[in-house]
Amino acid sequence: MVIYGVFLLAICYFAGLFVGEVTGRLVGLNANVGGVGFAMLLLLLLCSYSETVKKNLQNGNFSDGLRFWQNMYIPVVVAMSATQDVVKALRSGWLAMLCGTTITVFSLCLIPFVSRITSSKDVVKEEGSD
Amino acid sequence: MELFEIIIKILIKNPLVTAFAVIGTVILTSYTLSKYLTKGRLNGSSVAILFGLLMAYAGGSITGGSKGISDIPVFAGIGLLGGSMMRDFTIVATAFGADFNELKRSGLAGLVSLFLGVLFSFTIGALFAWFGGYTSPEDITTIGAGAVTFVVGPITGAALGVDSSVIALSIGIGVVKSIAVMVITPLVSKVIRIDSPREAIIFGGLLGTTSGTSAAMAVINPSLVPYAAMTSTFYTGLGCLVCPSVLYFAVAAIL
Repeated sequence: MVIYGVFLLAICYFAGLFVGEVTGRLVGLNANVGGVGFAMLLLLLLCSYSETVKKNLQNGNFSDGLRFWQNMYIPVVVAMSATQDVVKALRSGWLAMLCGTTITVFSLCLIPFVSRITSSKDVVKEEGSD
Repeated sequence: MELFEIIIKILIKNPLVTAFAVIGTVILTSYTLSKYLTKGRLNGSSVAILFGLLMAYAGGSITGGSKGISDIPVFAGIGLLGGSMMRDFTIVATAFGADFNELKRSGLAGLVSLFLGVLFSFTIGALFAWFGGYTSPEDITTIGAGAVTFVVGPITGAALGVDSSVIALSIGIGVVKSIAVMVITPLVSKVIRIDSPREAIIFGGLLGTTSGTSAAMAVINPSLVPYAAMTSTFYTGLGCLVCPSVLYFAVAAIL
């Protein structure tokens, strides 16, 4: 049943948003702090560790609904790009244009650097715990 | 023209189904163009997103609104399909099938990239603000916050009570960043190499802007989406947390 997978997704989604909202309040913000991330973690944990969820994934009860929305990701992203404020971005003046692109380019250049400095530390940590 | 009116009426009455049809057409066209015109060199999703941005520009120019094509009544459903609810719902769905151990292994990289990402974007934004002639710590902090994401900018600006023109600039920078991430990342992904969960996690943490990173990841490698999304969804929260507080005090102290 497709709806069972969608139901599981909805439950995780709301649980995550709730945790994010509470976290936001705890740190004194009227904003959702990482709600989607918590929802993803919850779904991931359920799929990896809960026996009930694993059993239902195997007999196909959950996977159809989950897979459908997973595959809708790219269409949703395309729709999202069609609703961006592109006009504002192009008219925002040289300061905004230059600043936004500079940040993007330099941040991208940092990826290999961060990957390198954290990988050596991760290895050390893994050796330490083994 | 009777026929035309009938069609428009049906489309307006069924916004979400219209959105399915329109986005389906865009994706079909983009993948066909990608396959035959560029022989797959330009990824189909990438073409589709560029198409989307073009539609957004057209919609924004025609209506003068801020929500791209969805400000045109016939295409209102695209706003629903591409809104934050569906975006976040499908992002959560991508976690299905992701490897939890992969996340644990890159936990440190994720944390480092998150803090470094917010700090780095903020600093560059603040520097640009300073060179652009802004001198008050409130203004500089707000513009730096906008460089984090276009959500953090106005939240910070409201907290510090700055002028609305400064908030508008901070949103502008955030929107430019988001679109730049969508367009530039796929172009350089071969050079920078974002091809493992670990690099995706770092990418999400350094760039942060959820719309930008989710669109870019969809093009580069859809199976790595959950890893990039995991960090990028915490990025805005972290930005909202540190910009109006710690980073504002830091800016005030430096000036």
